[in-house]
Amino acid sequence: MTRTLEPETSAPAPLKRPGRASALTYKHRLSRLDVKVSPYLYVAPFFVLFGLVGLFPLVYTFVVSLNNWNLLSGPGEWVGFDNYAAELSDPLFWNSLFNTMSIFLLSSIPQLVVATAIAAILDQNLRAKTFWRMSILIPYVVTPVAVALIFSSMFSEQSGLVNHLLSFVGVDPILWKTDVLPSHLAIAGMVNWRWTGYNALILLAAMQSVPRDIHESAALDGAGFVRRFFSITLPSIRPTMIFVIITATIGGLQIFTEPRLYDATSSTAGGAHRQFQTTVLYLWEMAFQRQNFGKASAIALILFVIIVAFGVLNYLISQRIATADSRSDAKNNKRAVRRTLRNGAKEPRA
Amino acid sequence: MTDTIARPETTPELPGQTVTVKRGKTKHKGLGIDRRPGFLTYGILIALFAGGTYPLWWSVVVGASPSSVLSQDWPPLLPGGQFWTNVAAVFDTIPFWQALLNSVIVSTIITVSVVSFSTLAGYAFAKLKFRGSNGLMVFVVATMAIPTQLGIIPLFILMREFGWTGSIGAIIVPTLVTAFGVFFMRQYLVDVIPDELIEAARVDGANMITTFWNVAVPAARPAMAILSLFTFMMAWTDFLWPMIVSPQNPTLQVALSQLQSARYIDYSVVLAGAVLATLPLLVLFVLAGKQLISGIMAGAVKG
Repeated sequence: MTRTLEPETSAPAPLKRPGRASALTYKHRLSRLDVKVSPYLYVAPFFVLFGLVGLFPLVYTFVVSLNNWNLLSGPGEWVGFDNYAAELSDPLFWNSLFNTMSIFLLSSIPQLVVATAIAAILDQNLRAKTFWRMSILIPYVVTPVAVALIFSSMFSEQSGLVNHLLSFVGVDPILWKTDVLPSHLAIAGMVNWRWTGYNALILLAAMQSVPRDIHESAALDGAGFVRRFFSITLPSIRPTMIFVIITATIGGLQIFTEPRLYDATSSTAGGAHRQFQTTVLYLWEMAFQRQNFGKASAIALILFVIIVAFGVLNYLISQRIATADSRSDAKNNKRAVRRTLRNGAKEPRA
Repeated sequence: MTDTIARPETTPELPGQTVTVKRGKTKHKGLGIDRRPGFLTYGILIALFAGGTYPLWWSVVVGASPSSVLSQDWPPLLPGGQFWTNVAAVFDTIPFWQALLNSVIVSTIITVSVVSFSTLAGYAFAKLKFRGSNGLMVFVVATMAIPTQLGIIPLFILMREFGWTGSIGAIIVPTLVTAFGVFFMRQYLVDVIPDELIEAARVDGANMITTFWNVAVPAARPAMAILSLFTFMMAWTDFLWPMIVSPQNPTLQVALSQLQSARYIDYSVVLAGAVLATLPLLVLFVLAGKQLISGIMAGAVKG
C-alpha cells in the first residue's frame, strides 16, 4: 500500500545523452511494472482455478436447487424453494441426517479421547520413538475404500470375524449390517481405526511444544504424571484440539465412502432400510439414481449450512471456554498465592 | 496452528545440544520427567500396534485363502496358498493395471499442480507487498473451511457439457488447486525467507520471477515435499468424485470398489484386491514414513 515516491519525477535528470536516458527509464519502468504486477500473476492461477472449479460450482448449486432439474433431461421449470421445502419435510432426509450425526458422534468423541491418551503415551521418553510413531500411523495408509472392504468382511453377519469371535464368548451373532446401532458402530469403527493414530500425532506435536520447564517446576512442586497431564498438558494443547475437532467435523459430516461400500449386497445405498444412509450418500442417491439434480442440490446446500453452522458453533464454544478458563485461572492463581502464603513454600501434593 | 512448522521440535534428549539441556537432564532424574517408561507403556503400545495392523493381516489371511475358509468352525489365522488364484480373479474382474496407471497419472498431475500454484501464491502472500493481499488471504483462509465437495452436481453438469465424463481429465480438474496448499506454503515461507535475501537478489538486478526461482523455491523445498506427500495421498484416496465422473475409466479406488458390486461377494477376491491396492502405499510409507510423520506433526494438516 505504501508506495515510495519516485525521485525521477521531482529531480530533473541531468543526463547528457537523451537516448540513454529513455533506455534507462524504459528499463526502470519495466522493472516497476514487474514489481507491481508479478504478485497478482503469482496468486492468479489459484484464484482463477479455484473460482472455476471450487466457488462457481457451489454458487451454481443454488441455481440448480431452485429448478426442477433432471440428470438426463436437464433443467425444467423454476420451482423456487420447493425443493428445500420438500427435502425438509422428507423423513428420508431427516433419517440421513440422524445417521450422519450418530456416526459422527460415535467416531469423533471416542477418537479424540483415545488419540489424546495415545499422544500422552507417545510423549514419554520412549525407546524406538520413530518406530512407535510409525506403527500408530499404519492404518492411515490404507485407503478408505480398502478399509471399507476389509471391515465389511470382518463385520459380515454370517461368516464375519467379529461375530465368529463373539460366538466363542457366548454372544449371539449381532446383525452388524441390518440393525441401526451396530451398523453405525462398525462404520464409526472404520473412521476411528484409520484416523486415531493420525490425530494422535497432531496432538503429540502440540504436547511437545509445551515448554519442559513448566513440567519440571510442576514436578518440583510434587505434581505426578496424571496431575501434570490434566493441569498442564490438556490446557496447553487446547488450540490444537479445537483444530482437530473442526477438521473432524468438516470431514465427518461429509462421510460417504465407508457407508457406501459397507454393504454392497443391499439394493439401496446405505442399507436395505437406509439404516446407515448418511446425508452425502442420500445426496448421491438423489442425484445419480433418482436423477433429481434439483433436490440433490437443495440437500447439498442444507448440508453446507449445517457444516458451516457447526464450524461457527465450535469456534464460539472454544472462545467461551477460553474466556471462562482465563477467569478461573485468575481465581486459581489468587487462591494459590493465598495458600502459598499460608503454608510457606511447601505446597501440599495434590 | 500451522506456524509450528518453522519452529524446531523441542526434543531435549537430542545429543550434542547445549548446556541448558544437560542441566535439565540432571534435574529430571530426581523428578522422573524424562525417566524411561515401564512395561505397561510398551504393553499398551504393542496392543495398539496389534489393533492397527490386525485388519490388514486379516485381509492378507483371507485374501490368500479360498472363500470356504470363512465358513469354518475356527476363523483363519494364517494365510492359505491361494493368493495368486485370487489375484488372477481380481485381474479378471477389474482393469487393475489400467486403474493403477490412472491413479498414478491423476495423483501426479494433481500433486504437481497443487504444489506449484501453492508455492507461487504462498510466496506472494508471504513476501510480496501488493494492494489487497490481506483481503485475498482472508478469503483463502475462509475457503479452507468450505466443503467444496458439495459442488459436485454443477461440476458434473459442467464436465458432461465439455464431454469429459469418463476421462481422467475430469477427475483431475476440480482439484488442481487447494486453499489449504496456499495457506500451508504461506505459513512456511513467511518465517523461512529473510526479507534481506529478496532485497539482495533484487539489488543484484534479478527480476521477480528469477528471485522467486532462485530464492523462494530452494527455501520452500521442505514444505513442498510435505505438501506433495499429503496432496498425493488426498488424490490417491479420493473416491466420491472419481466414482461419479468416471466409473468407466476408473481410478484404483473406484476399480477396487467394483470388486464387490456383484450380487454374491467373494471376500477372498475382494480382500486380495484390497491387499494388492494397499501394497504401493505401504511401500511408500516404509520409504517416506518419517517425512509423513514430521509433516503431520509440523503442519497439523488433515489430508
